[in-house]
Order: sequence, then structure tokens, then C-alpha cells
Amino acid sequence: MLVELGHFALITAFLVAIVQSVVPMLGAARHRSDWMNVGAPAALLQLVLVGFSFAVLVQAFVVSDFSLRLVVANSHTAKPLLYKITGVWGNHEGSMLLWVLILALFGASAAVFGGNLPASLRARVLSVQGAIGVAFLAFILFTSNPFVRMARPPLNGEDLNPLLQDPGLAFHPPFLYLGYVGLSMAFSFAVAALIEGRIDAAWGRWVRPWTLAAWLFLTIGIALGSWWAYYELGWGGFWFWDPVENASFMPWLIATALLHCAIVVEKREALKSWTILLAILAFGFSLIGTFIVRSGVLTSVHAFSNDPERGVFILAILAVFTGGALTLFAARANEMQAKGVFAVVSRESALVLNNILLAVAAFVVFIGTLWPLIAELAFGRKLSVGAPFFDAAFTPFFVALAVIMPVGALLPWKRARIGRALVSLRIVMVLACAVGALAWAMQNGRSALGPVGAMLAVWLIGGAAVDAWQKVGRGEFSSKIRRLARLPRSDWGRIVAHGGMGVTMFGIAAMTAWQSEDIRVVAVGETFKVAPYELSLNAVTKGEGPNYLTTVGDISVFRAGREVARLYPEKRIYPVARMPTTEAAISNGFLVDIYVVIGDPQNGGGWAVRTYIKPFANWIWAGAIIMAFGGGLSLSDRRYRVGAGQRRRSVGGVPAE
Amino acid sequence: MRRILVILLFLATPLWAVQPDEILADPALETRARELSKGLRCPVCQSESIDESNADIARDLRLLLRERLVAGDSDAAAIEFMVARYGEYILLKPTTGGANFILWISGPVLLLAALGVGLVYLRGRQKGRAPEALSEAEKTRLAELLDQ
Repeated sequence: MLVELGHFALITAFLVAIVQSVVPMLGAARHRSDWMNVGAPAALLQLVLVGFSFAVLVQAFVVSDFSLRLVVANSHTAKPLLYKITGVWGNHEGSMLLWVLILALFGASAAVFGGNLPASLRARVLSVQGAIGVAFLAFILFTSNPFVRMARPPLNGEDLNPLLQDPGLAFHPPFLYLGYVGLSMAFSFAVAALIEGRIDAAWGRWVRPWTLAAWLFLTIGIALGSWWAYYELGWGGFWFWDPVENASFMPWLIATALLHCAIVVEKREALKSWTILLAILAFGFSLIGTFIVRSGVLTSVHAFSNDPERGVFILAILAVFTGGALTLFAARANEMQAKGVFAVVSRESALVLNNILLAVAAFVVFIGTLWPLIAELAFGRKLSVGAPFFDAAFTPFFVALAVIMPVGALLPWKRARIGRALVSLRIVMVLACAVGALAWAMQNGRSALGPVGAMLAVWLIGGAAVDAWQKVGRGEFSSKIRRLARLPRSDWGRIVAHGGMGVTMFGIAAMTAWQSEDIRVVAVGETFKVAPYELSLNAVTKGEGPNYLTTVGDISVFRAGREVARLYPEKRIYPVARMPTTEAAISNGFLVDIYVVIGDPQNGGGWAVRTYIKPFANWIWAGAIIMAFGGGLSLSDRRYRVGAGQRRRSVGGVPAE
Repeated sequence: MRRILVILLFLATPLWAVQPDEILADPALETRARELSKGLRCPVCQSESIDESNADIARDLRLLLRERLVAGDSDAAAIEFMVARYGEYILLKPTTGGANFILWISGPVLLLAALGVGLVYLRGRQKGRAPEALSEAEKTRLAELLDQ
């Protein structure tokens, strides 16, 4: 009964979304405020209905209602409660419902927090948001209904893919979707502004918090996915340039570009049409990502569905929204008059360069991801594009970005001198070169990757520090410290996020360049050396988990005779899903990770054991979290909280700073 | 039930990437083999090299590659042998020949084009209404004001 109610709520939400997409738009065109006012309550109602529908599905998973086909295919009574809940989005239908739930959440928050928007813009934003809702609700109802019942419910389910029964991957999709779908807000604002025919600083200020929020979640989501790959796949890789990873990375790159050029619109009223285009592209790439993942057109590890019908449906959604928005853009873009004037050397130009590098990098990822498809369709060649291509073609863009980033952050608006910024950075420059040289000297003649990474990291982190120090102006040391604490949060956000980028780059370069690996057969009781550690395999035991069987190794790690870690790598078999997984045991450290995997028993006795020494591994994800934290700081800036986005109308009413 | 589980446990024993018994005695050859296998795709996997893959065929390819190296093939000859057998699909890094040239060149070309367009745009803006630098008189006046 409850399930039918959930299904019914979803259908009702579809109808409400139709109303939400049509009525406010017409109202805005005809200047009828009663029609425009339909948008906000419709958005809230949509959230309530989709939320109810989602809650029903969660409940069905929690109580293991095996009359639902989806629960049968993805759950099992023996599965821990956490994974019963996260199993809701560990499959196609449920994850699309989560997608729509988050879409409704963003729509409703636009309705709630959008009180200070001009009525017509607000109506149009909610209307576009409603239209996206219509498309995806139709997709769920017509091709991917999660509420399909079984004629004969089985006694138990088929269990969730064991790789997904993991905390890292359990929370990866919700964050990723918050990011993907959050970009729909930037899209809705862009389309609404194109229809409205007006973009000014206020628009930039409204659209930036939504983009920041989406970017922040996307950053966390990608970091979680990468962290999961690191510890779960059993050999410590953190990024594979898999089509599905690229699908999340392209929107991130474009969102990063959008984030930066929205500042130019907000502060300087320039680059307007470019910002609009990026907003459209960012969501376009989110849709492409959804298409790649959901259609399985570039089948990959993550793609759970291989249904062409669904693929065509999403492709149609992609064509209508991106194509429609781009057509609108072509028709209206030249109406955007740029106001702010700036010189060739200025912060504006630095941000243009940032945008060029990010956008072209996104394009490189895009063409590399789609090339196997293009080559097969157009040239009849069946080929692969893998990590070596992306490493070679993509890395230079990020090196270039890292080189210009500290300089660009120091340049003033309108007109600047590069020389002055470089003078402020001279100490950092010397320090960066020194650290690079030191790293080069300390490693024994291997690649330049590690030293260059260390150099760029010092350059970025030191640059961020100089940025902070310059912001406080002149004066005595103690007063500078006091002013440092009072810097606007948006400044802190930039400084922290740029520093985080440095941390991540260092982690990637250091781990890739300096990791070492050891593969061998070890008998129980045997001790072996992996410089600078000694490991001994104390025991191998078999055990049983809630829904799996396991083989656990017990390994002590010594350094200079002292035990520094005790590790329990596992090899699990999930009998219901008939899948094995490796659970690597990792001793996480600030400087180094010791990563141990236990393999199979060998014919001649003993066990295959792999040991990886991964220096600075955690810096990769720590940097991503620092970046996201910087985004959060920026998001909490006073100007978004106080009188957020008011057009400059009340000269006397603004409280003194 | 218990017995079924035990049977499954043995049936499903997976192979994990490079096995200890695959490693060549000569460390120099083994290093070359590892480097080469990072660039070869496991034919039944997605975006995984044979170096990382757990699939049986990946193991076969790793052994085959090592056989070629032991037989004295150069890196290029060993790769050529693998491509002749499994097609260019096996190369994770696509060749630059033929249509693939478009793939390799598109990034740099687009970057140059974007930089060109960006520069023209920036110059155009400056020519129109560039903020003028302060004149000497204005600079002195500014310095006076700041000193006050």
C-alpha cells in the first residue's frame, strides 16, 4: 500500500512539475504576479512529494520488502542496515530517484532563499528548474520505475554489488549528485537571465553561491570516489581516467571555471556572455555525465545499466536542454553589454586565462573520453584511450594553471603589473626552487615528476600565504595578525582553496613518483623487508562477516625493530552476489601509507602478499577536502548572508560595515 | 548451506594482478615488463591495464609479454607483437597515426585558438576604453593625499 502511495506521489510530483514549469514562465511573460507566484509553492510541493516517494523506497529497503523488484535485485536480509539504506541509490532506478530528489531540494531552496530576487527572474528560474524536473520525472516514470512489484516475491534478495558495500562508495553518489544537480541552478539562472535579457552584477552575486555549493559537493564527491578506489580496488590507484570518472571530472572543471568568471561578473560586470555559456556548459556536462553513466554507451566498471532505451531518453533530455539553451544563447548573447573596462594585464585577464586553461582541459578530457566511440563510428577503428593519453595530454594544463595561480591571485582588478606580483612572490619562488632541488637531490635519479610536484606545491601554498599577508595591508605585525582574522571569508576561501590545490598536486606527484611496491610469497611466521620497514605475517585466519566469508592476514610492521603498525588485510567472498573483494589494510600516515593486500594461498605453501609504500597519499584527498572547505568559507561570506544579491536600490538602508 | 559456502569460496578464488610466480628473475627485464604492461589494456576490462587487472586473460597477456621479452624482443617489438595479435584496441595510449592525429592535436590547437581569441578580445577592450595611466601631476597629487 505504502509503495503504491510512493508511486502515486511520484506521478503527482510529475504533474506539479509541469505546472511549475509552465505557469510561472507565462506569468513572467505577461506580468501577472499571481501566475508567477505559483512557482514557489509548486517547488516546495514537489520536494514534499518526491521526498515522500524516496522515503517510501528507503523504507522498502530497510524492511526488505521483496515484493519490490528493485529490492530483490539489490538487497538481502543479511546485509547491514547502513548498506540497506545506501543500496537505495546503489542501482539505476534508485539513483535516478535520488537525482530528482536533489533536484527538487535545490528547486525548493531557490524558492525559499530566492525571496530577494526580482519576481520575474525568480519565476523564470523556478520554471526552468521545474522543466528539468519534468524531464527527469518522466524518465523515471516511463523507463526506470523503482516501484515495480514482483508477481511472486522471493524469500530473499540477490544482494548489492559487494564493491558498493563500503562507506566511501555509500556516500559518494549523494555528494556527486548534489554537485551535478546543483549545477542545474546555475543553468536555470543562465536561461532565466537570457529570457529576461538582463545580466548585471546582482545576477553574478545570485548565481555564485549556487555554483559554489555545487562545486563544493562535486569536489567532495570526486574525492570520496577516488579515496574509495584507492583502498578498495587493491593496488592503491586513485584515479583511472575511466569514462565514468571523467564524467564527473568534466563538470568539475567547467564549474571551477564558472566559479571564477562569475566573480568577474559580480565585481566588474564583464565576461557576461562567457559566464552564461559556461553555466550552460557546466550543466550540459552534468547531463553528458549522467548519459555516459546511465546509458552504458562507454561501458565501464561503474555502469550498472546497459539499456539503450534509457540512453536515448537521456540523450533527448540532453539535446533539448543544452541545445535549447545554446540556441537561446546564440540569439541573445550579443545583448549582454559588458561594462567593466580592464587592461590586458589585470586580474580580469588572469581569470580569462584560468578559464581558457580549464575549459580546454575539460575539452581534452571530453574528446579523450568520447574518442573510442568517434573512432569506431567514423573511422571503423576499434581503439582505447586510457590513462597514458590523459596523463600526457591533460597534465600540462594543470601545471600551467598552478604556475599562474599565485600570480593571478595577487593581481589587482582593472590594471596590474606582473612585476609587482612577482616581487611579492620572490621568497616563495626561491623556496619553491630550493624544495624542488632538494627533492631532486634526495631521490635517486628517477623522474622529474616528484620534484616538479613539490616545487608547484610550495609555489601554490606559499603563494596563498603571501596572498593572505598582502591582504592585510601595512602596519605593525600584531595589528596585521588582528586584521588577518578579520579578512572577509571570501578572501579566506580563495586562500584556503588555492592552498588545498597545492596540497593535492603535491600528493599526486609525490605518490606517483616515489611509491614502491613489493609482491612476494610469504609463509606464516616469515619476516620480509620492504625498505625501510620489516613486515612479518603472524597468522592467516578464516572468518565470517554478516553477509560474507573472509580470509584475514595478521601482519606486523616494524621499523628499526619497533612495531609501528599491525595490519589485517582481508579477502572477502560475498556468496550471494558471488563476488570477491579485497579489503586492503592501510596504515594511514601523515607522511606515508603502508598498504598491504593479502592474495591467494600458493601451491608451494604460503600466501601472496603485496605491500605498497605510498608516500604522501593522504595529501591527495586532504587537499580536496581543504579545497571544499575553502569553498564553504567563501559560501559563508558576509555578502551572501547580509542582503544577499540586493540590487543597489536602498542607498540609505544598508547597514554600515 | 555451510557446504555451499565453502564450495563457493574455492570456486571464486580470484587472481590478483601480478602474481609472485609471474615475476621474472632478471629485475631489469621485470621492470621493462611492468612498464610495458601498464600501457596495455586488459581486453575484457574497462580502462584497466593488464598490470592492474585481475582477469585471467590479463594474466595470460602478462605471461606472453614476459615470454617475448625473455626471448629478446625490444620494447617496440614486443608491443608490435601484442598489437598484431590483439589489435590496436589493446593500446591504452592510442597511436598518433591516421585519424588519431586529430585526438592528439585537438587539445593544443584549441588552446592556441582560445589564447588567440582571448588576446584579441582583451586587446579590443583595451583599445576602446582602456583605463589610462595616471599622469605625473596626478601621481604627485595622489602621493600628497596618501601622505596626509
